[in-house]
Amino acid sequence: MRNLVVAEHDGTHLRSASLSCLTFAKMVASVTNSDVAWLVLGHGVEDVAAEAANYVPVIAVDSPALAHPLAEPFSQVIAYVARARRIDVLSAATSTFAKDILPRAAALLGGTMASDVVRHELVDGQLQCDCPQYAGAVTATLRLTGSPQIATVRASAYPAAQAMDSQAHAVEQLQVVPAMLTARAQYEGLKSKQKSRPDVTEARVVVSGGRALKNSQDFERLVGQLADVLGGAAGCSRALVDAGITPNELQVGQTGKIVAPELYVALGISGAVQHLAGMKNSRTIVAVNSDPEAPIFEVADYGLVGDVYTVVPELIEKLQYHAACATG
Amino acid sequence: MKILVPTKRVPDTDQKIVATADGTRVAVDHIPYVINPFDAIALEEAVRIGERLGESVEVVAVGIGGEGYEQQLRTALATGAHRAVHVVCGQTLDPWNVARLLRAIVEWERPQLVLMGKQAVDDDASQTGQFLAALLDWPQATFASRLELQGERIRVERETDHGIETLNLPLPAVVTTDLRLNEPRYASLAAIMKAKKKPLDLIDAEKLGVTIDPRIEVLRYRSAETQRRCERVRSVDELIERLRNQVGAIV
Ligand SMILES: Cc1cc2nc3c(=O)[nH]c(=O)nc-3n(C[C@H](O)[C@H](O)[C@H](O)COP(=O)(O)OP(=O)(O)OC[C@H]3O[C@@H](n4cnc5c(N)ncnc54)[C@H](O)[C@@H]3O)c2cc1C
Repeated sequence: MRNLVVAEHDGTHLRSASLSCLTFAKMVASVTNSDVAWLVLGHGVEDVAAEAANYVPVIAVDSPALAHPLAEPFSQVIAYVARARRIDVLSAATSTFAKDILPRAAALLGGTMASDVVRHELVDGQLQCDCPQYAGAVTATLRLTGSPQIATVRASAYPAAQAMDSQAHAVEQLQVVPAMLTARAQYEGLKSKQKSRPDVTEARVVVSGGRALKNSQDFERLVGQLADVLGGAAGCSRALVDAGITPNELQVGQTGKIVAPELYVALGISGAVQHLAGMKNSRTIVAVNSDPEAPIFEVADYGLVGDVYTVVPELIEKLQYHAACATG
Repeated sequence: MKILVPTKRVPDTDQKIVATADGTRVAVDHIPYVINPFDAIALEEAVRIGERLGESVEVVAVGIGGEGYEQQLRTALATGAHRAVHVVCGQTLDPWNVARLLRAIVEWERPQLVLMGKQAVDDDASQTGQFLAALLDWPQATFASRLELQGERIRVERETDHGIETLNLPLPAVVTTDLRLNEPRYASLAAIMKAKKKPLDLIDAEKLGVTIDPRIEVLRYRSAETQRRCERVRSVDELIERLRNQVGAIV
């Protein structure tokens, strides 16, 4: 089955989630004895295309009209390429980019789609996908009937593909007719907070704060600093986004980002199902909460009952001390 | 201006949800149903637009599915929708077929704006709004956390993984809503009484000329199991010790 993976990138580099999606596509391709290509869309994407070519062949569409990820032109180009190349399985890593664009492309193609695939199997040429539902309380196994088959793939469920070939694959620059690039929606801008830390989806350690944190200074001083000491990312529960204390891109959960780091530290988070949906597959989970009955302890490996305002400064200080001793 | 708000009826996911022992379905019998929380936000926003702009705005709530929908649509009317349409359909519907039925309703009702939740909290698919926008060939803005109507256009701030993005779209358009957009009101008793007199039309799905063509078959459901046993540590020192010796994740 011919596979096409829509690459997500920041203009210079592939996002690492896309490499996990590539693994999904390569697995599908290898059982069906077929091939995989990237589709790189954007403006001025030579570097991204060259990087992508270290993995599998690349189809690149480069145009000023694709400078921003607008759903209309992106989905039109994706659908066009999928049709022209007779793609059987079209995929992208789950993200707000893919969730916006891929379903629109799927509908243009009249295809069938699974969201946030965490496991798959091929049975008689049809994909069967495990997809978390009900905030992760239930996993449904879906059979996709129809063609092409389209999937967003949960990055934390597949390992990142390795660039193995010594020689880079081909990059094919594809021209599309201007009509395909039209968008009625106008892009007016992106407001993002200055980032000094990695994204929660890309870090080995995630430290998240919940409603226990009373303002953004406290969040920075406790959650941010602990994240720094552990070399990780800072995340949060919805409660802090709603309170305007943290930006939404830090939110972990059913409707935020799904993470599965080596270590997840939940500070003053109660453990609502919607939050658990985003972090319960982390390798090791630590919870600090003043309420011994907080549901977060049910999914934690280590629990410490206490006030984050006293526990966290002590933790930061002792970890810094240990680190200083280690480097001596 | 007419605003169409599709509202899905879903089990209240604040309750504990599990798969049945045989895996054929989700055990929802004892669980109360609600309007999908994201659709409730879409409805609230539509009602607020109506409150701001006055009589020229008509808010139409739509529900697609079996019997129980009437209850959710009455709630939508009590929240402030002017009318409700119940598309009666006994079959299990996947997002693709919901989008096709919605297209038929949009072609009938001719709204300028479709406002709906960014995902339903049962299947968590986040597909229907985008499918509908594609089927209608309308522009879309997903995951809205702020809306501003400007004549024949709408300005939308969207929550993305990398920050808040702003789009400006001509109407008609499909906009899907995120949590931060607003906090839905609770309907007052007076509003609930008044809602009983508001029109709730029934349409048979078959009459819309859409043949349901399932694209997704659910083979089985499995409850997520937690195998973790939480070890309670009594001090920061003990916690650091566990992490260093047993996890090796740090330092
Ligand atoms: C449709 C929908 C989608 C949602 N999606 C998400 C999502 O994606 N992500 C998400 O996180 N939420 C989501 N939510 C919200 C979710 O239901 C919870 O409301 C939210 O996760 C609660 O955040 P919290 O744990 O920080 O706050 P709370 O539930 O208020 O918990 C605060 C915790 O902090 C503890 N605490 C207080 N003070 C201290 C202290 N000084 N020291 C130590 N502990 C302390 C308390 O004991 C309590 O356990 C969603 C809700 C809905 C309806």
